[in-house]
Amino acid sequence: MARLIDRRINGKNKSAVNRQRFLKRYKSQIKKAVTDAIANRNITDIESGESISIPSKDISEPFIHHGSGGKRDVVHPGNKEFVPGDRIPRPKQQGGGKGDGKASNEGEGEDDFIFEISKEEFMEFFFEDMELPNLVKTQIATIYDNKKVRAGHTSSGVPTNINVIRSMKNAYGRRIALKAPYKKELAEAQEKLLLLEKNSDKNRLEIITLKERIEFLERKIKNIPYIDEFDLRFNNHIDQPKPTTQAVMFCVMDVSGSMDQNKKDIAKRFFILLYLFLTRNYEKIELVFISHHTTAKEVSEEEFFYSRETGGTVVSSALHLMHEIATERYSSNDWNIYVAQASDGDNWYDDSPYCKEILSEKIMPLVQYYSYVEITPDSHQSLWHEYKNVEEAYENFAMQKIEKITDIFPVLRELFKKREDIKVAI
Amino acid sequence: MKKRSPLSTSSEWTFELLDTYDLEIARIAKNFKLDTYPNQIEVISAEQMMDAYASSGMPIGYHHWSYGKHFMETEKQYRRGQMGLAYEIVINSNPCISYLMEENTMLMQALVIAHAAYGHNSFFKGNYLFQQWTSADAIIDYLLFSKNYIKDCEKRHGVDAVEQIIDSCHALMNFGVDRYKRPQKISMREEQTKQHEREAYLQSQVNELWRTIPNYYADKKSNQEFRFPEEPQENILYFLEKNAPLLEPWQREIVRIVRKISQYFYPQKQTKVMNEGWATFWHYTILNQMYDEGLITDGYMMEFLQSHTNVVKQPDFDSPYYNGINPYALGFSMMTDIRRICENPTDEDRDWFPDFAGSNWLETMDFAMRNFKDESFIAQYLSPRVIRQLKLFALTDDDNDTHIEIDSIHNKPGYQKIRQILADQYNLGSIEPNLQIYNIDVRGDRSLTLRHYQYNRKPLASSLDEVLKHLTSLWRFDVKLETVDENGNVEFTKEQKY
Repeated sequence: MARLIDRRINGKNKSAVNRQRFLKRYKSQIKKAVTDAIANRNITDIESGESISIPSKDISEPFIHHGSGGKRDVVHPGNKEFVPGDRIPRPKQQGGGKGDGKASNEGEGEDDFIFEISKEEFMEFFFEDMELPNLVKTQIATIYDNKKVRAGHTSSGVPTNINVIRSMKNAYGRRIALKAPYKKELAEAQEKLLLLEKNSDKNRLEIITLKERIEFLERKIKNIPYIDEFDLRFNNHIDQPKPTTQAVMFCVMDVSGSMDQNKKDIAKRFFILLYLFLTRNYEKIELVFISHHTTAKEVSEEEFFYSRETGGTVVSSALHLMHEIATERYSSNDWNIYVAQASDGDNWYDDSPYCKEILSEKIMPLVQYYSYVEITPDSHQSLWHEYKNVEEAYENFAMQKIEKITDIFPVLRELFKKREDIKVAI
Repeated sequence: MKKRSPLSTSSEWTFELLDTYDLEIARIAKNFKLDTYPNQIEVISAEQMMDAYASSGMPIGYHHWSYGKHFMETEKQYRRGQMGLAYEIVINSNPCISYLMEENTMLMQALVIAHAAYGHNSFFKGNYLFQQWTSADAIIDYLLFSKNYIKDCEKRHGVDAVEQIIDSCHALMNFGVDRYKRPQKISMREEQTKQHEREAYLQSQVNELWRTIPNYYADKKSNQEFRFPEEPQENILYFLEKNAPLLEPWQREIVRIVRKISQYFYPQKQTKVMNEGWATFWHYTILNQMYDEGLITDGYMMEFLQSHTNVVKQPDFDSPYYNGINPYALGFSMMTDIRRICENPTDEDRDWFPDFAGSNWLETMDFAMRNFKDESFIAQYLSPRVIRQLKLFALTDDDNDTHIEIDSIHNKPGYQKIRQILADQYNLGSIEPNLQIYNIDVRGDRSLTLRHYQYNRKPLASSLDEVLKHLTSLWRFDVKLETVDENGNVEFTKEQKY
């Protein structure tokens, strides 16, 4: 008779380790595919899984086998009109197959190896090696930042927290301890009984009393409870305050008329990626969205990504607003402040030097890191040149230029790659 | 007509039903004198089936990226519907483990039980190759041992270092088998107790070999006479395990593990046609018997015939679906034909198979199952009728010739030739290149010389370079390759520097 076993319940995801090994091994190829993929994505579905394709030859497992050539005698099925002695021109070899039964296991086809990775894996590959620079100001934050930690065991608690092993251990120990004296006496009594019974007529009375005693002892032993309330032990957890870093990111976007549809699209993609990166990698981060044309205003996430408002350009308005919000709400001693600004660099003529002034004097001393991207396929404009001066003066200021969609990710990466060299200029 | 009282009518299966069907199938199999290991039938999900697939059916496997790759490949194809999963995987172990997939219908489960748990199972137990070369009792234990050992190595030496060794071993896996010498039995307990001794012993042996200080002043003649290994070695992994000078003990053990597993699968490679033919023949015979006894319904039978036909389908050579000869089709046709030759022999059969035409079919088939492998089985039993049925033809493809020439077809002068060529097509000795370790320059630069004995001028594929790199990384000194053509001329082909 066969033994039937239901294995469906166990061993799910047995291949997970092997899968991870595979992903790790081909990290660089996969990363490249991920980066390529993001450029082709619609702005709304940037955050989803992806099917990755890497050339098979890169991941082949080589083994020794015969190549084509030499003389082979082969048997095939399904003859229709051939007779011995027929000569047929050799069919073209197309990745092995026809006319040569052995060629099919050659594993040298040029097809790519394609596989799916999940959304989580995708984002992991995507944002690996990125971080906010200079995240240093840590503070014991307010109430809601507690962490549950284990703190031994207690003798009272709620049933869900019962520690079964400890409770049973206690019960077992108690049973042994309480039974011991009775058991000892019982064993002695039984031994004695055996002796007496050899001469049962003589010792009848003694036997009866002894039997009663044995019964009494057995009952005593039986009455010891299997588990008692004071055996119970409960897992104990206490709250522990957790020091966290507090960070705020100001996203400043130019929505003026000179930012055409294409540039706006690039800017939004840039901020979406930044947003995903921040929300994924940092548990606690606040985001402030500022969009500006001639005037600046703080907007909601929704508005920031989807609004169509437009006008002229005064960049300093945004910087003013940013500075105002920062000093008002995020006092620089407790908060790590970051700014990401995107613009096409086209600014009201007199405004650019003024921007530089605000930046150097007011903003830079407050912030941990300031990044500026200029989205323009053309040559740099006044804002870029003014900012250049800031870059020279402050180490924690970085600027990059984006020309086309495919630049977004490399630029983002460049701005937020992990590094150890920058020191904060406080 | 007999009254039908089928075991079930719905296509849903339950564990009780599986039990009932198994009992009936076991009874019928016993009547047909199938001798099997005890069965352990496990129900698994599609994901687990893909898992088993990816690790070539081993229920317990060590971790390696390549299994991840195969899993992802299978998963993708399955999800896109490009590929159905096999209905079954069966493991040559005692008890014999077969997997049933939960998605299967009741009929499919019955089919799989008949095919795997009684067909393959009896083949594993009976065939001489499996009896001689594998130990069904110990394999699960051994796999467990190897998994734990490799996990332990990963902890001690890092995943990357272990992976590198396994990569190299996998590249040489086909050359990790003894083709002629019977390997030792394996078992977990023994492995564990012996492993430490082995480590020490192996290392001392290796040291012994390399202890000789190169003596350049020695007589040249005597220097040449000394050749190591004395005989060329076909089992490359074995040779490396025993003789590679710089491998750490744990690395030797990993080489050994890969080699042992390769050896375990070696009989399966040599009996594909027979094994599948045998199992298919028996599921066909058993299910038909069940139908005759009224145990399964007409509807079930239709479903059965449909999947059975799919399994034994042989596309013609010019069909877009053609992918070589289907071992199920060839095996099943041959097995069925042996039975026919026993039961209803024609004059032609008496002529070709005087030994068994008209004999007891059960005994004849049992004998065939026990004593042959694909190559010899085809050479012995491929009948003219099967050749006609499959319209087999042989051709000669010579790269010195601009054309392919048809050599023989399914007619009287052709039968014998086709039989012989087809048998050779299943001869692992001619499918796999003949590579042997010929010499080690013990007194010189320690380079290893590999010889490729060419057969029909067939060259090695370009993957050779990669494999040689792996070989060098295990040997840790230079590796040279020489090619020996059929006339015995030796030609230096390649060198891979360490």
